[in-house]
Order: sequence, then C-alpha cells, then structure tokens
Amino acid sequence: MAVPAESPDNIVIRPAEMADIDTVIRLDEMDTGLAKPDYWTDVFNRYVANNQPDRFVLTAKAEGRVIGFIVGEIRAWEFGSPPCGWVFAINVEPEYREKGIGSMLLDDISNRFKAAGINTLRTMHSRRDTLNLAFFRSQGLTAGSYIQLEKQLD
Amino acid sequence: MKLQKSTVFALYAVLELASAPDKQLSTNEIADRYGISTHHLAKVMRRLVRGGLVQSARGAGGGYRFCGNANRTTLLDIITLFEELEPELDLEEASDVPPTNIGGALQDVRDEINDLTQATLRSITITTLIKNAERRRQNDQLIIDPAI
Repeated sequence: MAVPAESPDNIVIRPAEMADIDTVIRLDEMDTGLAKPDYWTDVFNRYVANNQPDRFVLTAKAEGRVIGFIVGEIRAWEFGSPPCGWVFAINVEPEYREKGIGSMLLDDISNRFKAAGINTLRTMHSRRDTLNLAFFRSQGLTAGSYIQLEKQLD
Repeated sequence: MKLQKSTVFALYAVLELASAPDKQLSTNEIADRYGISTHHLAKVMRRLVRGGLVQSARGAGGGYRFCGNANRTTLLDIITLFEELEPELDLEEASDVPPTNIGGALQDVRDEINDLTQATLRSITITTLIKNAERRRQNDQLIIDPAI
C-alpha cells in the first residue's frame, strides 16, 4: 500500500487514550515478535487511566489513526540518579518511518520533561538494537554516565 | 583502538563530502582542509569509489561527490572498508601457550570492550555525526558571541 507523503502538519501528537492500547500492542509485537497484552494493559492502567503528571504515553496520529507511540516517565534517585526523564519505549509503523515522526514524539515528551523541571533524558537499549540506538544517537543522545551490568542467574 | 591513517582520511573525506552532498570537492581541497597528504588521500578516494560511497566527477572542476545513503551508512561501515577493528585491549595471542582460566577471563574483558566499541560505531550514522558537528559549531559560536 502506498503511504501518503506525511508532512509534520498532518501528524498529531497527543496523550494516549485507553482505546489506543490495541494499536500499541500490535506495533510493539511487530518489532519484538512477542505480544505482551498483560504488560501493556498494566502500563495503560498505571500511565494512561491514572493521568499521572510524571508519566507519559503519547501517540502520533495520521489520518485519524495511531501510527506511533512513545512511553516515558520521570524517575528520581534510583541508582543514585537525580530526577531524569526515562524513555523506555518508542515505535513508529515501519511505512511511516524516516519521516520525522519519531523525532516529533521524542521532542514532545522532552518538552513535557522540561516543563516538569527535568534536564536529562535517558534511555536504554540492547547493544544489538541498532535501529533504536541509531535513532537516539541521531537525536543527540550519547553514552551516559552510568554503566549497566548484569549476570545470568543459574 | 588505533585506526590506520587511511581509515581516518576516509572518515574525513566521506563526512566532508556528505555534509555538502550537492557539491563536489577535489582531493586537494579535502587534503588542504585537514592538512593531510594528497597522494595518500587519492588512494583512499579510489577505495571509497569502489566501496560505493563516493563517485568521481570528471571534467573541469571535477572532484568527488558523496553518493551513499547518509542515514544508513555508519562509522563502522566506513572503517571496515579499510581495516579489521583492532581489539581495544590488545592481549597477545600466544597459540602455543596452554589456555588458562586467567587468560580466558582476560579475553572475556577484551570481548566485552570490543562488543561495546562495535555497538557504538554501528549506531552512529554519517547523518548523526554531521548533525553533531553542526551542534558543536553552534555551541562554539555561542561561546564566541554570547549575544547570539
């Protein structure tokens, strides 16, 4: 299906509604190959239904339908870190990528973080996840001041 | 990791050309800008042409032009046109020495560092690096002229 040339004027970024959950589950499953309805229901209940001032689920809409989303929240003092804005999920339908929609979503959530007095944006991705790493690099993010460590528990 | 001269010259040339994709630059112009050997850069340019990242323009005012996909080409793509990545932690590989747990643990550290280095270079595209250079230029301008 041919995708119409989207201009930023035709894209609307707005807080998610509970009705958006199925699209978010579908977009996430397309990328990860794993449907997580329970996880997303929990996220929507905690982030969308409760309308928390420090938690954000935003969607990008084109032609009246959701074609992308971003999820983030303000976290404070975990790992000794002063308050910062975490982005822990972002996704845009493949045929709408490279049109600046991911940047619009990230700019919007960044502005919400800034309005809340936050001046650090943080995210974390698998080092194999070149798509997301390259996207966040293109937005000016660099390796941060924390190092993530892990081990397999036998 | 110490990159070979050819690799560094290739990075300069590709990034310089990609930052003005409508323009063509001669080997002399690029070499002068970075204070590097024209002769050496000419060899590098031929390899970049073979690698499909630049094309040569013949005729008066001929030179080179970027012809790759700046959104998709990463620093790792350019580097590996010229060399294998050297390990950050250079442990001599003595094949005649029997493997030991200490040696294996040191190699795990080396592999961890290499993995991070590759992931970093694989995640930075030409477009991203050019954007970062522009941010640096704007920041420098602000420092020089705080009124801007």
